[in-house]
Order: sequence, then C-alpha cells, then structure tokens
Amino acid sequence: MSQQISVRIDGQLCTATEGQTIFQVAQANGRYIPSLCHMEGLSSAGSCRLCLVEVQGIGRLLPACTTPVRSGMSVTTNSEDIAHNRLMALELLFSERNHICAVCVSNGHCELQDLAQTLGLNHVRFPYNYPRLPVDVSHPRFVLDHNRCILCTRCVRVCDEIEGAHVWDVAGRGINSRLVSDLDRPWGESQSCTSCGKCVQVCPTGALVEKGRAVEEMTKRNAVVTQLAAKRETHL
Amino acid sequence: MTKARLATMWLDGCSGCHMSLLDVDEAIITIAQRADLVYGPLVDAQEFPDDVDVTIVEGAVSSQDDLEKIQHVRERTRILVALGDCAVTSNVPSMRNPFTVKSILDRVYVEGADVQKGAPTDGVPTLLRHAIPLQDVVKIDVYVPGCPPSAQAILFVLNELLDGRIPDLKSKVRFG
Repeated sequence: MSQQISVRIDGQLCTATEGQTIFQVAQANGRYIPSLCHMEGLSSAGSCRLCLVEVQGIGRLLPACTTPVRSGMSVTTNSEDIAHNRLMALELLFSERNHICAVCVSNGHCELQDLAQTLGLNHVRFPYNYPRLPVDVSHPRFVLDHNRCILCTRCVRVCDEIEGAHVWDVAGRGINSRLVSDLDRPWGESQSCTSCGKCVQVCPTGALVEKGRAVEEMTKRNAVVTQLAAKRETHL
Repeated sequence: MTKARLATMWLDGCSGCHMSLLDVDEAIITIAQRADLVYGPLVDAQEFPDDVDVTIVEGAVSSQDDLEKIQHVRERTRILVALGDCAVTSNVPSMRNPFTVKSILDRVYVEGADVQKGAPTDGVPTLLRHAIPLQDVVKIDVYVPGCPPSAQAILFVLNELLDGRIPDLKSKVRFG
C-alpha cells in the first residue's frame, strides 16, 4: 500500500499518494498547470517545459509532470517568474519551426494555439528559425509534417506504451532533433506500424494528421487514448 | 474636436486584412466621423504624411521597399498596429524562408518561364533573405493577430485607440 503524504500546493494543504507527480496532485486539487506533452494514461516526458513550477527550497523551476511529490513539499503553480518562463517556452516552440497556423489542417483545433490563447500570447519576441523540413506523405492514411512538430513525444509514448509497436523515436540532438519512424525510414515503409492512428489522435498540433484534410478540418480524439489506458489499468 | 489622423499600409500580405477592415460595414461611417484616413491603399495620398496618430499595417516585411516603408511609417506614427498574421508572424509570406531567394526566383522565372527566362530586376524591389514580422524591425504598439482578424476585432481596436486606450484583445483574437 502506497503511503499517504501531505504537500502544500499554492498554500493549500493537499493529501497525495507517494509516487504521484506534482502535476497529478495539483490537477486533483483543482489547480491548472499548462502542458503540451503530458497526457493522462501515458508516461511523462517533461519535454514541453510548460508545466514548470516553483518548489520551495529549490533555486530553479521544475517540470510538474516529472517531479514526484515529497512529504512536506511546498509548490507554487503560478507566479510572475513562472508565467514569464512559460510564455518564453511557448514562444520558442512557435519560433523553432514553421507553424503557419493560417494554412494548417489543425488550425482552430490545435493545443499549441489554444495554449497561446490561454497564456495571452499575441506575438513572438524572438526571431523565427524558418528551418527547411520535410513532410512525409509515404503512409497511405497519415501525414507527418515536421514543420508543425514540437517534439512533445506523445506519439513516441502512445505507440510504445499503448499500441506496443514502438514505431516512433526522436533522432538527432538539440535543434536538429527530429521524429523518425523505424530507424529513420519513410513512415509508409515501416514494418512495425500497425496503422492504428493513435499517434495522430494524441498529437497536439498538425504534425501528425489524417490524409485528405483541408485547412482547419483536422480534429483529434485524444480522449480515446486516455480511456484505453484507464481500461487497461482496470483489466490488469 | 480635431479628428485623429489614421493611416493604413499594405506590405507583403493578400489585402485580406484590408477587406476585413471594410467588412465593418456601416460602422466605417462612425470611424470616419472620428478620424481622417490620411494614407493607405483605400485613399489617393501619394506620400506618407507626417504626424499620424494611428497606422495599421497589414503584411510581412519581405523586400527592401517594405523595410524602408515601415521604418518611414514608424518615424511618423504615434501608435503602430500590426494587423493580421502576416504582420505579426510573417505567416504565408514566410513559407519561402526555408529556401534561398535565388532558388525561388529561379524556380519561378527560369524553370517556370517559357520565354524571357530570368527574374526581373528593373522597377522591382530586392527581396530580403527572409519575409519577417514587423516587430523584428520596428517597435509595435498593438498586435492584432488573425488571418484575417475579424471585422469586429478591427473595429474594437480602432474605437479603443480613438478613445485613447490601448485595446486589450485577449478574448477577441486568436494567435496563429
């Protein structure tokens, strides 16, 4: 039996189970923490850096989704410093690749756009990077557009942890990091892909989409994945 | 009461933002009662005048001409408004940015031409390496994202500015 512990979140005393993350405990207690890479039912990656929070006694911000709670911990989920850093992280996501929302199939149904709205982003202060990136249309049903990818790795995790196929990985380092299927072969030639489409449903942006969608037509059903994960827990 | 001096400018955009401005319909009359439109594609003035209260600019900065225009406008404008996604993010004009200017001109004017192969050089401004948002080259006072921003958002911006307030657009526009 896991041990019950007490933590403070924004001053409020909360009961948590040992092993839970700050994100889970904050959410269970009605606190909003923004995130793009977290998804209920999948493991946590801490890649988007939007869930950064302050933990008393630690001189830097920590990602709430990968930091386990400890007894007596005191967490602040929002402050001027946190808001400043979250906004900067979001701006860097927009500036890193070519999002060009106006012509994106996911325009209006995009978690990156939604978060810009929530955090009040109305322009990016940093110069855009404008990288030259490919679009993989080799799969018969789906498209991978690297221009829209924020490297959240939800697709990598859902394919490995729920579908059990592990088609996706991230290759390269730093600014050259890139999503690859089957050791960097075209998606359509993948031997391991089952064409289940879970990666498409969990992708927060227009990076993984269904073929044949025009601008603003791509809507995602990522709740399905969370339900699948929950049912599996019950079954086990 | 002296009327405010309002100008509009069209850089590398599709004119959709100006269309959205016109889409305020009869409300344009109430704007006209409060402000004089002293420059822009909708009026005949040839020179950008001095001492403009508000200039709303559509489009990205893509050429040497765009760059000189926006710097000229900034010097003569009290409040500069970046109108629409091209002005705010460089949007569709930025789709050429991953490629070199030469490769694009060659693709269009050499590979894509049957006669008179070669990019024109006379009477056309030099393209910058990248099409960039306005805030990369001048200070912007108000950002109005959208492709295009709705007529209601533009009307709200104009009315707020004419009332002497900087508009809070949080719920009225969408970034990207």
